[in-house]
Amino acid sequence: MSGAPLIAQGGFVRDRAGESSCVADNGFCLDWISKNLDRYQTPFLEHVYLVVVSVAIGFVIAVALGLLAHRRRWLIGPLTGVTGALYTVPSIAMFFLLQPLLGRGNAPAIVGLAIYTQVIIFRNVITGLAGVPKEMVDAAAGMGMTPNQRLFKVEVPLALPEILAGLRIASATTVGLAAFAALAGAGGLGQQLIVSSLIVFKSNVVVAGGLVTLLAAALDLVVLGIQRLLTPWRRAVLA
Amino acid sequence: MGDASDRSSAEPLEFREVTKRYPGNAEPAVDGLSLKLPAGEICVLVGPSGCGKTTAMRMVNRMIDITSGDILLGGRSVKQRQPDELRRNIGYVIQQIGLFPHRTIADNIATVPALLGWKKDRIATRVDELLELVGLDPHEMRDRFPAQLSGGQRQRVGVARALAVDPPVMLMDEPFGAIDPINRERLQNEFLRLQAELRKTIVFVTHDIDEAIKMGDRIAVMQVGGRLAQYAPPAELLTAPATPFVEDFVGADRALKRLALQRVRDIDLWSVATCRAGEPTAAARARLTDADLDIPMLVDGERRPLGWLSERGLTGERVRPELRSPAEPIVELDDILRDALSDLLARESMYGPVVDAGGHLVGALSIQAISHAIGSAGSEVRSAAERVAGDAGESAGQE
Ligand SMILES: Nc1ncnc2c1ncn2[C@@H]1O[C@H](COP(=O)(O)OP(=O)(O)OP(=O)(O)O)[C@@H](O)[C@H]1O
Ligand SMILES: [Mg+2]
Repeated sequence: MSGAPLIAQGGFVRDRAGESSCVADNGFCLDWISKNLDRYQTPFLEHVYLVVVSVAIGFVIAVALGLLAHRRRWLIGPLTGVTGALYTVPSIAMFFLLQPLLGRGNAPAIVGLAIYTQVIIFRNVITGLAGVPKEMVDAAAGMGMTPNQRLFKVEVPLALPEILAGLRIASATTVGLAAFAALAGAGGLGQQLIVSSLIVFKSNVVVAGGLVTLLAAALDLVVLGIQRLLTPWRRAVLA
Repeated sequence: MGDASDRSSAEPLEFREVTKRYPGNAEPAVDGLSLKLPAGEICVLVGPSGCGKTTAMRMVNRMIDITSGDILLGGRSVKQRQPDELRRNIGYVIQQIGLFPHRTIADNIATVPALLGWKKDRIATRVDELLELVGLDPHEMRDRFPAQLSGGQRQRVGVARALAVDPPVMLMDEPFGAIDPINRERLQNEFLRLQAELRKTIVFVTHDIDEAIKMGDRIAVMQVGGRLAQYAPPAELLTAPATPFVEDFVGADRALKRLALQRVRDIDLWSVATCRAGEPTAAARARLTDADLDIPMLVDGERRPLGWLSERGLTGERVRPELRSPAEPIVELDDILRDALSDLLARESMYGPVVDAGGHLVGALSIQAISHAIGSAGSEVRSAAERVAGDAGESAGQE
């Protein structure tokens, strides 16, 4: 891998070399960070975009596959196998492999990230639905709900905590994996991290890495909030 | 909506040679079951575990397919009806109750009305009406989740939910099975009182013979292999068990169990001579010769028992209020015979005064009269709902 083009893209160190001895010494420079924070705005927003879009797409597909497999049980094995196998493809390889098909940019990044969410969400949908007490389904059927009404009025709502737990893990994982999306030319905080990992500028690693962690935590809180909103009954206890 | 106007009347139910074979099982789970249940009565399916009670019940609403034979509801084969449509018109209560934990109590009760597309305000009115019917406060309960209710309250909500669209038939599979004995007794009584009012046709499954005797207008005793051993009203089952299996299943204490089916007013009481303090002794002695019991009861001006008079009370010219023993235990006409016997035994007494709801003496209940009642098969026995309906009047009378 040649370092030259990457340095040209984001070579903080060379640009600012004359400004302070801290930067020259590759220290942890608060001064530099405060001056350069706005440099991270675009990569951060790109990162958020990549994560939200790919998780949303991945979620819809994985839930659809999960509901399908819940009805046609024989699909569970093959789908678990395929999604699991895809998950083991190293992320660097995944983003390069998708480029011949989808070109460079957001498309291969989003597709790749969405693929990684499948195994987690799909498995949680299946276990969540399997965990619905069978007397609930029996009562629903006994009262005359059609199979679809049973699924959407009883089974899915009761599996929701498990499904959303899958969504939380998938979001956190995707925030991390999205750093590699830079390899597909999709930008994001990975751009900064990869540059700095080559040049090893500590202040940059701290800021970019910190933003990734912050984003993961923020997304987790958002999904948690959605979960609490959608499942008020889980907090209901005998007074 | 006034429920009197759109109340569907109960329908008769008939099993005709119904057989169920589960694939892979050599023995049928239900074998040629035939029985008729008149509209508005409770039929209890009872028998040991695995005898096919649940299977038989679940074929009624087609939760399980009938292998051969037929089930007629209101004269119509259930096989000719769409399963979902059929089920919406049959109340369904299972042992685990099956309330949906993610729905409020109101939404749970509204399950079937919502499926039928009722308007919002009609549903809301009906939910409140049903909560009151099963003895729960609508304002307090409506918006709670099932997790916020006790077991007994959940059970009541389960019954309310099954009654939501006023179905002509209800299926109940061990509905009180998961409830402690004291609350079970209460819920059973409440349910019978409700049934006295609603008069649904009910198939009730239990493995507890005491519950069967208490709840059933008719009892179908099944034995393993899904065969019907006997189908009879409770009293007949107890006095004339058809087979050794039934005899064994109803238990060695079946004579005592029969007492639970009768009230004091249902048997012949002994007549008692009464006397008042100060009245001429001669008159009192004259009355004594006609009475079954040779000891007079001292009463007040309103025939309320004060105590058994001693021999010395009758020695003077006028009756003197000298008692040999207190008027205990006082038995009421509406008391269950079993409870009355228990009172007598507890006081080591051979007989006790019987009073009506106003407390006036009407006779004496003796252990002898009770054993006579146990022996005679023909003595009157009330239907399950009537037996408990009497309790309401009794407690009202005491207040
Ligand atoms: N789905 C099924 N597949 C195969 N066999 C079954 C099935 N359901 C029940 N059986 C068998 O049919 C027989 C009757 O079962 P059923 O559940 O009707 O009994 P039950 O009288 O309700 O028993 P319990 O009192 O234990 O609830 C049993 O031998 C049971 O093992
Ligand atoms: Mg059963």
